[in-house]
Amino acid sequence: MSTPSASTTRGPSTQGRSELGVALLLLVLGGWAVGDALRLPDVQARGPVDAKTIPLAVGALLILTALLLAVDVLRGGRGEQEAGEDVDLGHGSDWKTLGLLTAAFVANILLIDRLGWPVSGAVLFFGTTYALGSRHPVRNAIISIALSVGTWYLFNLALGIALPVGILKGIL
Amino acid sequence: MDALTDLLNGFATAAHPTNLLYAFVGVLLGTAIGVLPGIGPAMTIALLLPLTYSLEPTQAFIMFAGIYYGGMYGGSTTSILLNTPGESASVITAIEGNRMARAGRGAAALATAAIGSFVAGTIGTLCLALLAPQVVKLAIKMGAPDYFAVMVLAFIAVTTVLGSSKVRGLAALAIGLLIGLIGIDPTSGQQRLTLGIPELADGIDVVVVAVALFAVGEAMWIAAHLRRTPVEIIGVGAARMNRNDWRRSWKPWLRGTAIGFPFGAVPAGGAEIPTFLSYVTEKKLTKHPEEFGKGAIEGVAGPEATNNASAAGGLVPLLTLGIPTTATAAVMLGAFQGYGIQPGPRLLETQPELVWGLVASLFIGNAILLALNLPLAPMWAKLLRIPRPYLYAGILFFASIGAYAANLSTFDLWLLLVLGALGFGMRRFGLPVVPAIIGIILGPTAEEQMRRALQISDGQLSGLYNTWFSKAVYVVILLVVVVPPIVGRLRTPKKTNEPQHAEKGE
Repeated sequence: MSTPSASTTRGPSTQGRSELGVALLLLVLGGWAVGDALRLPDVQARGPVDAKTIPLAVGALLILTALLLAVDVLRGGRGEQEAGEDVDLGHGSDWKTLGLLTAAFVANILLIDRLGWPVSGAVLFFGTTYALGSRHPVRNAIISIALSVGTWYLFNLALGIALPVGILKGIL
Repeated sequence: MDALTDLLNGFATAAHPTNLLYAFVGVLLGTAIGVLPGIGPAMTIALLLPLTYSLEPTQAFIMFAGIYYGGMYGGSTTSILLNTPGESASVITAIEGNRMARAGRGAAALATAAIGSFVAGTIGTLCLALLAPQVVKLAIKMGAPDYFAVMVLAFIAVTTVLGSSKVRGLAALAIGLLIGLIGIDPTSGQQRLTLGIPELADGIDVVVVAVALFAVGEAMWIAAHLRRTPVEIIGVGAARMNRNDWRRSWKPWLRGTAIGFPFGAVPAGGAEIPTFLSYVTEKKLTKHPEEFGKGAIEGVAGPEATNNASAAGGLVPLLTLGIPTTATAAVMLGAFQGYGIQPGPRLLETQPELVWGLVASLFIGNAILLALNLPLAPMWAKLLRIPRPYLYAGILFFASIGAYAANLSTFDLWLLLVLGALGFGMRRFGLPVVPAIIGIILGPTAEEQMRRALQISDGQLSGLYNTWFSKAVYVVILLVVVVPPIVGRLRTPKKTNEPQHAEKGE
């Protein structure tokens, strides 16, 4: 079966399998909605609609779309990957870049309350530029620190939103 | 003329020097962020939202008005110079606009886009000011079943119009509705889909969802597929047009406005269909058909005006009914809700200063936009050269601040990551993001209206369609669902056969 709409270097069968994964995910989400709704205790409600009804309906919709999508995929339908000027769909997903990027993102979450935004934000920016292939450590470090300290001042002084100061308390 | 008096009062609010400054800053930031490749108006608003947290609602919305138009104009600049539309509505502009830029006529393309946006935005905003009070008069009489019907229409329209695959659009909508259900059910007080996590009991912050699906999802998607070769960017001087350009532009501007506003004002569509209609119209009416496809100025002037007029039109259902029809309007509705303001027929009564200040700021923002963008076009063009690692690092950086600043909680950052991964997956598998956003924001309100309608009818299902208005809307919904496939089948039997033959021949 040919896949005119999708353009990946991976074979159509692998692509189809991951597309079926989307259908599976929809099915699981639908099951979750239904299961969660059924667990709700009965509360006196006027008419046929109570807190369960809509979750049941949305769960049914998810399960229905899961089935329709599975049929579509099995008949050769493929999701159209989002294109863009900065996007090169000629190769598959670059998991290393994505992994490094996620690591930088998680580092910020773990550090923001402990070390403060001026440090964690700089780690986030520096880590992301590194993940995306920029190799100017000194320049990137300066930009990172300037951005995180600058936004800290902007939010705390100009906007009145207290981003955590962390270990730099007393210095900034 | 009631509306005009109210509008003048609005100008009095908006013309206050501090408020003018907010409008100016909004336009400047909106354009600067909107110009960045891959950032559409909805993402611009979502990313800039934290800046307004500490402001009074009126000032925040005055700044929004600036960001709104600035972000849209920025998006068209990008599509003309870089051929990378930030939003589906700019796709049509990119066709002729980018060709013009490649042919060395970028300045004229930017100018006709800017002036066309100004003309259409001004007329559109005037129509908004005149139409909104009338719609409110009608809307006050609307009951729960009518609202529910209109929301169903919005759901159906957004899933069938956008994207190439209806199944995937429907799946995206269902995911959005599911996320919208998370939290305490306002009617019965029961926790739904919260997994026992206390932070989820209040529901998921709309800003976090919008930033995650648009900004984080986009940054992750691009990071995984980053083009390593530098992008070709076309340099450009200050935006200006010669006399011939003016002669060829003014009619498309007005026609575009006439096409765009009604489409925007009807809660059923967004800007994709009208911009396409405008393009086709101009192609048919032009005296230079040979230039179409090679950079015809009518093909930029018409769709750009249409886009802006439909954006102004889109504010009618947003402000009077509380129903967003585009991603941008959905994010704005989220922002309203963040201030505890529920747009709807009562809004004009309860918050006249806010609404008319917003409308007046749209006029002012439009004028600032024109004054700013004609001379500053070369500077915006330079922003396109920002190295991609900095661009996407910056997006993640500001997305993180925005999500954290909303509640000062790291939980929202984890949510940002999880929903960002969802946004990545949706891009990977061709699930459109907009139906999901509309589902998240409109889902809870739709549920409330439906339950109210059924309570009034004492559980009779007929309570959902017992008014003439709701019946009419369901007929429209039926037409939206049934007509396009029939028309498509009548029109394209040849087209669907040809590729199959080609495949067999291989």
